[in-house]
Amino acid sequence: MTTGWTIWVDVIVLGSLFGCAWLLWINRTAPVERVGKGEPMEHEYDGIQELNNPLPAWWTWLFVITIVFALIYLALYPGLGSYQGMLGWTSHGQHQGEVEEAQALYGPLFDKYAATPIATLAQDEDAVETGSRLFLNHCSQCHGSDARGGDGYPNLTDDDWLYGGAPETIVTSITNGRIGNMPGLAAAVGGDEGVANMAQYVISLSGRDHDAAKAQQAASTYTTLCVVCHGADGKGNQAVGAPNLTDDIWLHGGRIDDIEYQIRTGRINQMPAHGNLLSKEKIHLLATYVYSLSH
Amino acid sequence: MSANPSSGAATYELRVVRWFTIMTIVWGVVGMLVGVLIAAQLAWPALNFDVPYLSFGRLRPLHTNAVIFAFGGCALFSTAYYVVQRTCRVPLFMPGLAMFTFWGWQLVILLAAVTLPLGITTGKEYAELEWPIDLLIAVVWVAFAVVFLGTVAKRKAEHIYVANWFYAAFIITVAVLHIVNSLEMPVSAFKSYSIYAGAVDAMVQWWYGHNAVGFFLTAGFLGMMYYFVPKQAERPVYSYRLSIVHFWALIAVYMWAGPHHLHYTALPDWAQSLGMVFSLVLLAPSWGGMINGIMTLSGVWGKLRDDPIVRFMVVALSFYGMSTFEGPMMSIKTVNSLSHYTDWTIGHVHSGALGWVAMMTMGSLYYLIPRLYNQEKMASISQVNLHFWLATIGTVMYAASMWIAGVMQGLMWRAVNDDGTLTYSFVQSLEATWPYYVGRLIGGGLFFLGMLIMAWNTYQTVRQGEPTVQHVQA
Repeated sequence: MTTGWTIWVDVIVLGSLFGCAWLLWINRTAPVERVGKGEPMEHEYDGIQELNNPLPAWWTWLFVITIVFALIYLALYPGLGSYQGMLGWTSHGQHQGEVEEAQALYGPLFDKYAATPIATLAQDEDAVETGSRLFLNHCSQCHGSDARGGDGYPNLTDDDWLYGGAPETIVTSITNGRIGNMPGLAAAVGGDEGVANMAQYVISLSGRDHDAAKAQQAASTYTTLCVVCHGADGKGNQAVGAPNLTDDIWLHGGRIDDIEYQIRTGRINQMPAHGNLLSKEKIHLLATYVYSLSH
Repeated sequence: MSANPSSGAATYELRVVRWFTIMTIVWGVVGMLVGVLIAAQLAWPALNFDVPYLSFGRLRPLHTNAVIFAFGGCALFSTAYYVVQRTCRVPLFMPGLAMFTFWGWQLVILLAAVTLPLGITTGKEYAELEWPIDLLIAVVWVAFAVVFLGTVAKRKAEHIYVANWFYAAFIITVAVLHIVNSLEMPVSAFKSYSIYAGAVDAMVQWWYGHNAVGFFLTAGFLGMMYYFVPKQAERPVYSYRLSIVHFWALIAVYMWAGPHHLHYTALPDWAQSLGMVFSLVLLAPSWGGMINGIMTLSGVWGKLRDDPIVRFMVVALSFYGMSTFEGPMMSIKTVNSLSHYTDWTIGHVHSGALGWVAMMTMGSLYYLIPRLYNQEKMASISQVNLHFWLATIGTVMYAASMWIAGVMQGLMWRAVNDDGTLTYSFVQSLEATWPYYVGRLIGGGLFFLGMLIMAWNTYQTVRQGEPTVQHVQA
């Protein structure tokens, strides 16, 4: 802050505080002399009179104490422009201190967990418990408190994986996030009719009741178009996050309408990256918890 | 006070006072009804009926604007116009302009009631209205200042009564706050962007936001208090000296308390410290008004038993004293780190808004309405009494629910396990809050019920009466 602004701030702050003190000082004495104490003043407004009573002493002292407190506080802490205060306190410093304190308290425990492989750690009840608490605060907003997900948010308990369920894959998903991209294919599959046929073909893959004739019409399109990501057998491809279409698990809903929408319009689905938000040790524990849900 | 139109003596301009008084009650009912609805939505979210115009995010600013600026605003217009005439012993300056402020202010309210549910908003709390409405507010407000200050200027009384100092400070400061905070760059007919950015924008917003509380809801209503309490109690004001000292201290110090809304944010440390320090210094100046009001009643405590209007005023002053103690405490950084973002803040606001602002308005209007319609008293004093109990119990239930909920939320959010993880997830704190949301709804519902009774009682009084003609006192 420039000197000019510091002077500006100080004049207003100290002027206000000393101004209040001055106001109290000049009003400290017995009330107006022309009129006796406790008597009505000479004026009157629409029948309202005002008594010539002094300031209540306790109130005056309350006021004085707050002014003195203010001056002491502003000597100790930042407030008077660029003056930093005698204690050298900053909110940034306070935050740093608290982080370091927490690190000293909890760091060793998390370091110990981090040194244990996830598959082993998933057997450690305390570690899983800690992981579940982290999950409730960082992940449950989308994946749900029970980790069973919801429309658009994968269920993490069913051992059905978009990108793979190996420990290191889970860590990668959390750290870097994932972007799943199903392109809209309305034109490529042949308009509304093609979309309807393809939807029948898709549900046939998981053995659901379907219109065989319609499904048959889409079969060749599937083998030239969808096969690239979802595979000839419809079991998907974890390298690109293409879902398995044969297990009757539907990320964006399993009704015919939902499936047709997905084919017609497509969707970009995102798991945000957490590498900059959470420490490696915390991600290790989160992966442990997620791993434990299906193991 | 009598209606017989004797001689050609000048009369006070009461039509605009009557109209503002009636609209105070109308907007009170509307604003509180919306409040009850959104309180219910917090307990049962399905009550937004999946209609965007009824969603909490749009109705909440409608509620705050309706109760503060429509209900509170009309009450301040009405009483300021009444008090300034009678204590200056002159009719209003430019009565035509005063009528313009009535229609202009109603138009502002109607525009707010349309645009906010449509989702048209600047996103600045208590300053949500978009730029064309901001301009209209500025014009109406300057007209208000001209009428009020013009009336003070041509007064026949030698001095300016303390109520008028408070009203004048409120009018002038709100004009400054509104204009500075609403400086914005229009990009279309209904969209603008603030000319400030980042932490500066936040600081200007809360300089405005806190002084909207300080000058609109405190100074303005202290003006009301300084006229209607001594009038209803028929007692002199306790201390002339105290009124001077606390007035100047209050308006000087309130101006700098805003940064306490931004503790532990990107606002620089020095500004946060000043916000806290000035909030603490504000305690005594705020209490000056409470002392002067309560002590004015000394010697007539019996009226507390017999006169429900005095009871409204005493309870209002008590809630005023309590909220203005609570406010400085909540501005202390360590307390704020617990209370901020919790329902404690909502409790604090409503103990001031329901307890102080609304109950002082109700007490004052119960004094004023019969005098505007040539009646000796309200049509039903027992209904005034019933209203008093509903309002008091409602306020206590509301505030207590939110205090408990707020402290509980603050404690749950900071609770830590042995492994350093948070003990509770956010949704657990929400679940724990649910019973208190219902408690708040019941409290708010009782308060609203009282407002309905006041509306009915006012209707009866107005129906029996006729517009009063008051001659200017010599």
